[in-house]
Amino acid sequence: MSAAQDLDALYQEIILDHYKNPHGKGLREPAAAQRSADVHHVNPTCGDEITLRVHVEGEPGSERVADVSYDAVGCSISQASASVLHELLVGKTIDEAMNVHGEFLALMQGKGTVEPDEEVLEDGIAFAGVAKFPARVKCALLSWMAWKDATVQARG
Amino acid sequence: MISGLLPELEVIRKDFPILERTLAGGLPLVYLDSANTSQKPQVVIDTMVDHLERHNANIARAMHQLGAEATEAFETARDKVAAFIGAPERDEVIFTKNASEGLNLVANTLSFPGEHQLGPGDEVVITEMEHHSNIVPWQLVTQRTGATLRWFGVTDEGRLDLDRIDELINERTKVVSLTWVSNMLGTINPIAEIARKAHAVGAIVVVDASQAAPQLPIDLAAMPVEERPDLLVFTGHKVVGPTGIGVLWGSRAVLDTLPPFLGGGEMIETVRMEGSTFAGIPHKFEAGTPPIAEAVGLGAAVEYLGHIGLDAIHTHERAITGYALQGLATVPGLTVLGPLDPAERGGAISFELDGVHPHDVAQVLDSRGVAVRAGHHCAKPAHARFGVQSSTRMSSYLYTTPDEIDALVEALNYTRSYFKLG
Ligand SMILES: Cc1ncc(COP(=O)(O)O)c(C=O)c1O
Repeated sequence: MSAAQDLDALYQEIILDHYKNPHGKGLREPAAAQRSADVHHVNPTCGDEITLRVHVEGEPGSERVADVSYDAVGCSISQASASVLHELLVGKTIDEAMNVHGEFLALMQGKGTVEPDEEVLEDGIAFAGVAKFPARVKCALLSWMAWKDATVQARG
Repeated sequence: MISGLLPELEVIRKDFPILERTLAGGLPLVYLDSANTSQKPQVVIDTMVDHLERHNANIARAMHQLGAEATEAFETARDKVAAFIGAPERDEVIFTKNASEGLNLVANTLSFPGEHQLGPGDEVVITEMEHHSNIVPWQLVTQRTGATLRWFGVTDEGRLDLDRIDELINERTKVVSLTWVSNMLGTINPIAEIARKAHAVGAIVVVDASQAAPQLPIDLAAMPVEERPDLLVFTGHKVVGPTGIGVLWGSRAVLDTLPPFLGGGEMIETVRMEGSTFAGIPHKFEAGTPPIAEAVGLGAAVEYLGHIGLDAIHTHERAITGYALQGLATVPGLTVLGPLDPAERGGAISFELDGVHPHDVAQVLDSRGVAVRAGHHCAKPAHARFGVQSSTRMSSYLYTTPDEIDALVEALNYTRSYFKLG
């Protein structure tokens, strides 16, 4: 692949769309019936930052991700991946969401060898090209790592 | 034709084998990341290989011929470094691992018991434009000793704010530590003026010359004593030398009063179980087997720069920086952080491109073969000062050509169109 094709594989239209019009951005107050946890994650090499709040509702054992609200500064990849995360995980049970998280992680850590499952990852498959750029994998994972950290805390 | 360029630029480029290589897709390399690390001329590579192939032995302790040759090569490198910075005495040159280790050595030994030991009520002054290497060691040491850390702010133009200098540097000030040239803003700081003020109150002056040594002629012996730093550090890999080697220069008067930093082989005079006495400088601060081949490589590197001449290199850097500032000004939505007059700055130019994150800028530039740095460049406080989290930085060196600057500007315009900005 030429450098230009690699670049297009990295910056898929879907990614640029999410970057320009991010889903779920902004920190929101949790509703009365929701439990929440906040985390702040930083990518020390580039300085990208995210404050992410997971809103959880439901009985222990069958809790759902009621919302994921966040404030973030960073590059197109890190911003788009937070937007995709919001789109994919909100409304799922935590167990389902953890499963999606696992798939996304495997895709990103697969060095470009993992074939993404569109059924599970939907717009997230656009990040397959990022996996070939080791320096950018951390950008794509910033919000996902924050989400997992916050969810474990919110679940208590 | 731009005036001030090195006359033999094409010949100089041939000295750097890496500049001939191509990147993915057969693109030529446009290396504009020299403030991060510089490329290495063949003579440095050859000198290190020759040392390892023919003269390798441990130094100072081997009684055989190879040991003598290795020791001679290592100590000759010290002479070359001393000449490079105009050190008043060659024994005042101490080899470290890098600039960071030099700064940590200084900060830590100033916290140990001794004539200069920091304590509550004492003040250490740094600046908001320091590399993290000249911030964090002082934070650690002031926290540990109870001394107070203070700093010069930075003006909107990216210069040190000297308005409060008389308040900042006062009778409680024990150390003033600052960078000569900023790695983010490119600013050249008035170290002579600041050293004069600091010395007037009896403070020790530490200068981080990591970005100055590559591009400014340094002649310590020629500086008036009141304006001469007491301690100065730089790192080998930015002056066309290898990684793993740095330099701390200090005046004998100050170095003799500082306690040892690391203990071990070669730094002692005698060791008994009850206690030890220490070698004089430079060995007092060089515990253990040093990076020998790296020191020898650094000697070759500074000799190479000396042959070309630091005045000529500085003039070249200024010419290229001026040309780059003009070129960058033609890119819509681009803002340079730091002084805009090439006479007042070094060859690192950080900038923002409206609507594109620095990471994405660097990524698109890389796809065109243009290597720059994106991020906070280990200067988070300086970025915070300008209300930005990160920036893109291009940095030139003696091998940089105007064509490469044109390639950068072209690639930046391409970046804008790639992200569909007007
Ligand atoms: C101004 C300045 N100080 C200190 C350093 C640290 O150098 P090193 O990482 O080699 O210790 C650098 C380079 O990164 C620098 O630009």
